[in-house]
Amino acid sequence: MWRNLQDLSGVADESARTVSLLRESGGGSRRAFLKTGAAASVGLVVACFMPPGMRRAFAEDVAKKPAQIPPNAFVRVAPDNSVTVLLKHSEMGQGVWTSIPMVVADELDCDWAKVKVEHAPAAPEYAHTVFGVQMTGGSTSTWESFAQLRQAGATARALLIAAAAKKWHLAGTADCRTENGFVICADKKASYGELAEAAARLPMPADVALKKPEEFRLIGKPTRRLDSKAKVTGTAEFGIDVKRPDLLVATVARAPVFGAKVKSFDATKAKAVPGVVDVVQVPSGVAVLGKHFWAAKQGRDALVVDWNLGDGARISTEGLRAEYRKLAQAKGAVAKIAGDVDAALKAGKVIDAEYEVPFLAHAPMEPENCTAEVNADGCDIWTGTQFQGVDQMTVAKRLELKPEQVRIHTTFLGGGFGRRANPQSDFIMEAVEIAKAAKQPIKVVWTREDDIHGGYYRPMWLSHLRATLAKDGKPAAWAHTIVGQSIFAGTLFAGAFIKDGVDGASVEGAADSPYLEAVPVHRVDLHSPTSPISVLWWRSVGHSHTGFVVESFVDELAHAAKQDPLKYRQALLPEKSRERLALDLAAEKFGWGKPLAKGHAAGIAVHASFGSYVAQVAEVSVSDKKITVHRVVCAIDCGPVVNPLTIEAQMQSGIAFGLGAALHSELTLKDGRIEQSNFHNYVVLRANEMPRVEVHIVPSTDKMGGVGEPGTPPIAPAVANAVFAATGQRLRRLPLRLA
Amino acid sequence: MKLHVNGQEHEVDAPADMPLLWVLRDLIGLTGTKFGCGMAQCGACTVHVDGVAMRSCITPAVALAGKQITTIEGIGHDGDHPVQRAWIEADVVQCGYCQSGQIMAAVALLKQKPQPTDADIDAAMSGNICRCGTYQRIRTAVHRAAELTRTAVATAEETRHVA
Repeated sequence: MWRNLQDLSGVADESARTVSLLRESGGGSRRAFLKTGAAASVGLVVACFMPPGMRRAFAEDVAKKPAQIPPNAFVRVAPDNSVTVLLKHSEMGQGVWTSIPMVVADELDCDWAKVKVEHAPAAPEYAHTVFGVQMTGGSTSTWESFAQLRQAGATARALLIAAAAKKWHLAGTADCRTENGFVICADKKASYGELAEAAARLPMPADVALKKPEEFRLIGKPTRRLDSKAKVTGTAEFGIDVKRPDLLVATVARAPVFGAKVKSFDATKAKAVPGVVDVVQVPSGVAVLGKHFWAAKQGRDALVVDWNLGDGARISTEGLRAEYRKLAQAKGAVAKIAGDVDAALKAGKVIDAEYEVPFLAHAPMEPENCTAEVNADGCDIWTGTQFQGVDQMTVAKRLELKPEQVRIHTTFLGGGFGRRANPQSDFIMEAVEIAKAAKQPIKVVWTREDDIHGGYYRPMWLSHLRATLAKDGKPAAWAHTIVGQSIFAGTLFAGAFIKDGVDGASVEGAADSPYLEAVPVHRVDLHSPTSPISVLWWRSVGHSHTGFVVESFVDELAHAAKQDPLKYRQALLPEKSRERLALDLAAEKFGWGKPLAKGHAAGIAVHASFGSYVAQVAEVSVSDKKITVHRVVCAIDCGPVVNPLTIEAQMQSGIAFGLGAALHSELTLKDGRIEQSNFHNYVVLRANEMPRVEVHIVPSTDKMGGVGEPGTPPIAPAVANAVFAATGQRLRRLPLRLA
Repeated sequence: MKLHVNGQEHEVDAPADMPLLWVLRDLIGLTGTKFGCGMAQCGACTVHVDGVAMRSCITPAVALAGKQITTIEGIGHDGDHPVQRAWIEADVVQCGYCQSGQIMAAVALLKQKPQPTDADIDAAMSGNICRCGTYQRIRTAVHRAAELTRTAVATAEETRHVA
C-alpha cells in the first residue's frame, strides 16, 4: 500500500509543478493558491484504495477548501542576509534538517553558509502533499516536498530578482542573474539581504523557472548536516529539555496490562515524598506531579493503585502463537490472487514453511515526553512529534478549541521510528489531560520502562507459506497467509488504507512482491485478529516482517531447486527492473561467489519499500550459536539523489536498527504483562556488533523514493540466509536463534 | 550540597538519593546530559567525575561533593574540542540524543588510549546505545579525533619550542 502511494509520487510531483501562484484580487493581501495541486494531490491520499468515483468526490470536497500557501511559508530572507528555511517535517535523525533546506537553497541560489533552519509551526500550509495532513513518516519527506520546495525557493529568487530590477530601474529582469546570495546585473550587485524587504512587497510572479538538474549546486552533492554543532555541544533542544516558567514534571502510573482500568488509588504515600506537588487521575492512569523528575518518579513508586485488569491479563505470547498458527491454516481475506492456488498446490511437492516475528518496541533513545500548557487563549504544546496535523486536530477536539488555538512547538526528536506518529496522539493527549486536570503547566516524562511497556508495538506476525516448483526450479504456485493485528484499524486512516478486510500495511512487500509476477498461480491472504495490545508502524512497517519472510522463503526455494540464491533471484526478476539493478550492484560490489574467510558465509536479499529498492549481502560467521555479522554490502536505487551522505547514513542506520531486531529484540507477554522492561532485556544493537557497512547508490533518474526505512527490511533475511549457508539451519523466527 | 560542575560551584537543594543526572538537568538546568534508561544500560547520561566517565543516572549527587564534574557543556568552547570537531567532520549525528554521552565516552577513551584500535573503540563505546545506529561513523570520528588531538599536541609543543 505504501508502495502504491509511492507509485503516485510522480503524479504528486506533476501536480505540484503545475502549481500556479495567483495573486488574490482585492484586499491587498497576497495569497498563493495551489490551483490544481491541492485537489489533485490530496486526492492521492485515497487514490490507492478508493474506487474512482469516491476518489473524485473526496478530491472535490477537498478542492472546496484549497490549501493556501503564503509566499514565505517555507523560506524567509532577512536583511542580515540570513536565509531561514521553515521545515514542515520533523528532524528525528533522518536528515531532513539538511536535505530539505538543500532543495530550497539550491533553487534560491543563496549562500549555503547563511542557511538556518527552524521547525515550522502546525498549520495547514505545511500539510503533506500526499497525505493531506502535516506529518513526517512513510519515508516520504524528500519526494513529497521536492517539487513544492523547489518552487518555494525559485519563487523567492524570482522576487529578489524583481526587487533588484526595480531598484536599478531596469525594464525587465532578463539581464539579471543570481550567484550565492546576490543578484547581479552587469556591473551592479545587491545582496539578498538588501533586497529582502522590497521583495516582500512585490506581487507574486505568475510563473517561475526551475533549474535544470545539471544546474544544481547543492542537490546531489555530499553535504554535511546543519544540526551537528547543536547536537555535539548538548545545546540542541529535545522535548525532554523544554524549560517553561512554573513547570512541574509528571510521571504517570499506567495500566500494567493492556486494557486495564483504575479501580481506586491511594496517594497518601506519594504525596509524602518531598517535592511531590499533586496527584491527579487522567484517562491513561494516575499522574504524580513533582518539582522535578526525581520527585515525580519517587512519588509514583510510592503510589498505590488498584487496577481492574480485565481480559488483557489472559494474553500470553504462547497463547497468541497458538491462535495465529491455527488461523494460518485457513485462507484469510484475499489481498492478491491469480489462478487456482489450492489445485496447483495439490499438483506438486509442496514446500511448506512458517515464519514468525515478535512484538517490538521502537525504544527511541529519548523516552516519550510532552510539555503542555492549557491557557486562556488555547493550548501550547512542546514536543518532538511526527504528527503535528493529527495532534493539533485531536487536542483541539478534546479542548473544544479551533485548530489554530493549539500551538505545537516542534523540538528535535530523540528518535522517532514511527513511535512519535501516533493516530491517538497518546503521549500528547495525556499531557494535555494532566495540564487540564492540574490547571498547571506540566512536562510528562516517561521512563524507559514506561516506553517498553507502553504499547504501540510493531505487531507480532506469523506467515504460512507454501510453494511448488516447476521443472526449471522456478516457483509454479505460491500461497502466503499472513496473521497479525491491523495497524490502521480504528485510526482515522482506516477508510483509506483498509480495503475488503485487508490492511495494506499488513501485506505490503508480500502482496506486491515482484516475484509473484513470475509465479503463474499465487495467492496472498490475511487474518487480522484483534487484541487489547496497541500496535503501530515501526520503521518499515509491514516490510519489517514481509521482507524477512519473502526473502527467506525465496532463498529456501533456491536451495530446494539446487540453484545459487543470487542466480535464482535474477531469473525471477526482470533484467531492467529496479530490484535487479540494486541486486546486481550489491552482488558485484560484494564479490558474490568469491571465496570468503574460513568459516564465513554470505546471504543475499533484495526488497523494495517506500519507493526505493535495496539489496544487501551479509557476510557472517557462527560460533557457539553466536551469529557475528562482519560486513554488509548495500545497494540502493532511490531515484534522483538529494544528499548522498544522508543516504549512506540512513542505510547504515536502517541496517543497525534491523540487525538489532534480527539478532536480539523481542517483546513477550505472560499473564498480560510484557516480560521485558529496559535495555538489559530488550536488547538492541551496540557498537561491538555493528558490521562494516558499504553503501552503493544505483545511478538513477527514475522516480524518487525514500531512504529512512528501506534499509531495514533486507538485513534480517540477508543475515538469516547467510546463517543457512554457514550452518544449514533455516531460521524462521526473529530474533534469530540457532538450535 | 555544593557541586563543582564545569568549573563552577553550584549550591543545590536535592534529596539524598537524587541521581546526579536529575540534579544537572532539573536543578542546575544543564540539559545536555540525557536520560535514556535510568539504570546505567545506555550511556546517554555519561559525564566525567574527576576525568573518569560515569553514569550520572545511577550516581547519587551527594557522593560527588568536592569532585570535579564535567558535562558535555564543559568540554571545549563552542564545539571546538577535537572530539566534537571530528564528530562534525564525520557527519556522525542523526537524532543526536545519545551523542552527548557518546562524546563524553570518546573523550574519556582518548585520554586513556590516545591511539585506539577499532577493537578498543568497540570495547569502550559498547556501553553507549545509539538507536540511529551511528556506530560506524563514530568509529571513524574517534580515529579522526585521535589524529586531531595529536596534531593539536604537536602544534602546542612546536609553539612552546618557538617561544
